[in-house]
Amino acid sequence: MRIELEKRAGLSPMFSILSPLLALVLTLIFGAIMFWLMGKSPVGALHSFFIEPLLDVWSLHELAIKAAPLILIGAGLSICYRSNNWNIGAEGQFTIGAITGSIIPVMYPDWHSPLILPLMLTFGLLGGAAYAAIPALLKTRFNTNEILTSLMLVYIAQLYLDWLMRGPWRDPQGYNFPQTKAFQIEAVLPELLGSGRAHWGIVFALVAAVALWFMMRFLLKGFEVAVLGQSERAGRFAGFSARRMVWFSMLLSGGLAGLAGISEVSGSIGHLQPAISPGYGFTAIIVAFLGRLNPLGVIASGFVLALTYLGGEAAQLSIGISEKISRVFQGLLLFFVLSCDTLIHYRIRLMLSAAGTREAKG
Amino acid sequence: MKKLVIALAASAALLGGFANGAQAQEKKKVCFIYVGSKTDGGWTQAHDRGRQELDKALGDKIETPFLESVPEGPDAERAIERMARSGCAMVYTTSFGFMDATAKVAAKFPDVKFEHATGFKAGPNLATYNSRFYEGRYIQGQIAAKMSKKGLAGYIASFPIPEVVMGINAFELGAKSVNPNFKLKVVWANTWFDPGKEADAAKALIDQGVDILTQHTDTTAPMQVAAERGIFAFGQASDMIAAGPKTQLTAIVDTWGAYYIKRTKALLDGSWKSEQIWDGLKDGILTMAPYTNMPDDVKAMAEETEAKIKSGELHPFTGPINKQDGSAWLKAGERSDDGTLLGMNFYVEGVDDKLPK
Repeated sequence: MRIELEKRAGLSPMFSILSPLLALVLTLIFGAIMFWLMGKSPVGALHSFFIEPLLDVWSLHELAIKAAPLILIGAGLSICYRSNNWNIGAEGQFTIGAITGSIIPVMYPDWHSPLILPLMLTFGLLGGAAYAAIPALLKTRFNTNEILTSLMLVYIAQLYLDWLMRGPWRDPQGYNFPQTKAFQIEAVLPELLGSGRAHWGIVFALVAAVALWFMMRFLLKGFEVAVLGQSERAGRFAGFSARRMVWFSMLLSGGLAGLAGISEVSGSIGHLQPAISPGYGFTAIIVAFLGRLNPLGVIASGFVLALTYLGGEAAQLSIGISEKISRVFQGLLLFFVLSCDTLIHYRIRLMLSAAGTREAKG
Repeated sequence: MKKLVIALAASAALLGGFANGAQAQEKKKVCFIYVGSKTDGGWTQAHDRGRQELDKALGDKIETPFLESVPEGPDAERAIERMARSGCAMVYTTSFGFMDATAKVAAKFPDVKFEHATGFKAGPNLATYNSRFYEGRYIQGQIAAKMSKKGLAGYIASFPIPEVVMGINAFELGAKSVNPNFKLKVVWANTWFDPGKEADAAKALIDQGVDILTQHTDTTAPMQVAAERGIFAFGQASDMIAAGPKTQLTAIVDTWGAYYIKRTKALLDGSWKSEQIWDGLKDGILTMAPYTNMPDDVKAMAEETEAKIKSGELHPFTGPINKQDGSAWLKAGERSDDGTLLGMNFYVEGVDDKLPK
């Protein structure tokens, strides 16, 4: 006996739209059961998870800070994945972007000029793109698998950053602690409003996502991405080059990841240090898929994922649920979103034997 | 579809029916923020033991919420700010790497009292507290020199900050007081809390021939590796005897409870002041786990040294001491001042490692 997934003939448009909502409801129900089993008030727990972080202005700022890199990276990845190129190394491009973007404040801490920030952001963007160019080159030239090469480059980037922080770039006055000097004020991404810590990173993220959505919807380039992603052969007939698409999608997603890196370092941290990301580059892969590879969807899913991070913290503090339970809860959410999506597109068939005696179920 | 509607309605009712925890509580909140898991078996668990003692002692007047596994960096600043905003009257931030974040939040919330462990930035509402771990490490060094057949021990270090360098030096000085030729190998794990990396470091050291292990990282992983390979080791921050019943010689046990109770009482009666506290064995902020798996004469030596340190007769950093390159640091009989220790960025003679520069 085995289980098979069979593609449904007609897509229910209503359920396609409802799917994420359905998943959220299922998560709430199962989360409530889980909290109840633990002897916590399900209402209180859900409230601190999903509502509490939205009640305070400062907390909304924190939400924006957390969502910004997820959206910025996720939007780039959604285009990359739509074109059937699989950049898994955004975490590495994020790291390299943070390093190249930090060159100016680290090497020239005494230079004061309004040019610093634009240069830093450009360097970050270019650094991330250049790092993504490595798997692109390897793929177009030697036909290597970009999933593997981009992923392995993540570890190289992280170790390189680590080495810089412990060696050449370490703050001489920092008691040997592995981090650079605090950036000069002109090198810090300014706060957006006076009411909290949120900085311009979230603006970059939203602008990039909307621009990419516009490209996919209205520009020839977007059509090219979609066609080549679905069928390389069809793309060739239309005169599109799959090789150039590899370059375009990798440089685009890498550049945005690099921009996210320098924005995070400059805006939220204020100096460079070995640990600059709690895995934004990897979480952004989930964000891209939750957003159904649509840049506008990525905005929503980026905020939802950011919310579960903050919610986990709030729930830990206000009702004392362990940090591990909040992880379980995030997992629950992702599981339901993905399974709802799958079950809307496919039906489960239980195959009793290989010889075609099937019994429909579900 | 019907089910969906019911589910939606049910969850809406769940969320809507929430009334903000209306039980009027007069209890003050004294909050803790941890870098690791509260059951790490080491550093964070020691702080959590202290929190529980505090809860037991003053539980009728305070409550003690905490956040665990908070990464050092931007997340820490948010977590500390969340505590200040959620009504904590006092926040203990229990890792060196929370220093900048604590200082930033403390400046924003002048009415909340902050206490930061092992740091050097203080303010009107930001106190620091630390323990003279090096006293325990000196005793460990002596035991190591007695117990090691090769005269070579391995040290799993976290970050090359003065705190850690000081511990390495104290260990080596203790060992050299017994065996002048004792050598110490160091591996930098570059983490406080990572069982995998710590275990790898332990294996690397054992493969280089050390037959005693000690650690300045937070988990029991090195102890477990030492137990597997059949060599002795020292526990860190918590008594790790459960991880190596035949392996642990002793452990430096952080006993923060008494400190937390003292400072929280001061908060409650209004006498709290920002101070920089650096207590040691004699103050009870630091205790040695039972001396086990060693002959009686070694145990007697360790107990004698412990008593001498407590009475003030012995200071681990007393000359003559040479720096690693052989140049003189302290003259005979001269004791290092605290300032030099707190900024320590050099090795003493006998440490077989190059300090990361």
